Amino acid sequence: MNRVIPLLLIAVCSASSAETPSQIGDSYAAIQGARFRATPARGAEFFTRKFSVSEKFPSCSTCHTENPMEAGRHAITGKTIKPLSPVANTERFTDPAKVEKWFRRNCKEVVGRECSADEKANFIAFLAGGR
Amino acid sequence: MRKYVFVATILTAAAPAFADRMPIPSDALPVFKAECGSCHLAFPPALLSAPDWRQIMGRLEKHYGDNATLDEATRRRIEDFLVANAGSGRRTEGAGAAGGVLPRLTFSNWFRHEHDEVPKGAWSDKRVGSAANCAACHTRAEAGSFSEREIRMPGGYRHERD
Repeated sequence: MNRVIPLLLIAVCSASSAETPSQIGDSYAAIQGARFRATPARGAEFFTRKFSVSEKFPSCSTCHTENPMEAGRHAITGKTIKPLSPVANTERFTDPAKVEKWFRRNCKEVVGRECSADEKANFIAFLAGGR
Repeated sequence: MRKYVFVATILTAAAPAFADRMPIPSDALPVFKAECGSCHLAFPPALLSAPDWRQIMGRLEKHYGDNATLDEATRRRIEDFLVANAGSGRRTEGAGAAGGVLPRLTFSNWFRHEHDEVPKGAWSDKRVGSAANCAACHTRAEAGSFSEREIRMPGGYRHERD
């Protein structure tokens, strides 16, 4: 019995992975330390910055458009991409594993490296602000 | 003899209808639809051969110009599903890799034949973007339905069957 309870707890925790965008943003901010405050303006600058590492995907806004409240388009396939902003699309930034997967892929592709925790926190703070 | 001719006629007449429906197998993994359907349509597995799918799933870090990497367990599950439901024969001929380039279902003889009437202007329309953007013209592609009646080409191009 003593062994069963921790196992149950693990099962319950992993099943309920739904979070809010600010919780996910906070978990990135926490990596930066207690004094760190996410800056939406930095996230906005990052979102439109031309990294130009990738020819097809020079910036985040290439596919997500300059306005993340609007639907975007994949630069290669042309498929419609639902708005990135969690204000316009409530599915966004609610699953930490999914968020991390897309940061990992798209940062490597667009930025040419993994993104840092402060970049991710700023990025989410910008988007969660409904801009 | 007459009976055979009759059967052959029925089969020939029915052939185009096979192209209309390419449902995703009913036992499709939710992870297949989620992972393969976010940047493009989750393509029907029957449109490429088993070796084609293995090649694609073995190079996800360079996936047609994009990074599509997955964790190994997910990658393996999706590859197994694709291989188990892969196509063969006329549907997939010509799609295969050549000279280190990944296979493309839009290169198959079958795909080219099915689309040989599509005007150049429709292909180059910005709203289409690429031949992989099935849903730009096939309005019910997401449901695995490619009936000619459901085709709406951007730019007002008309689908005309002789």
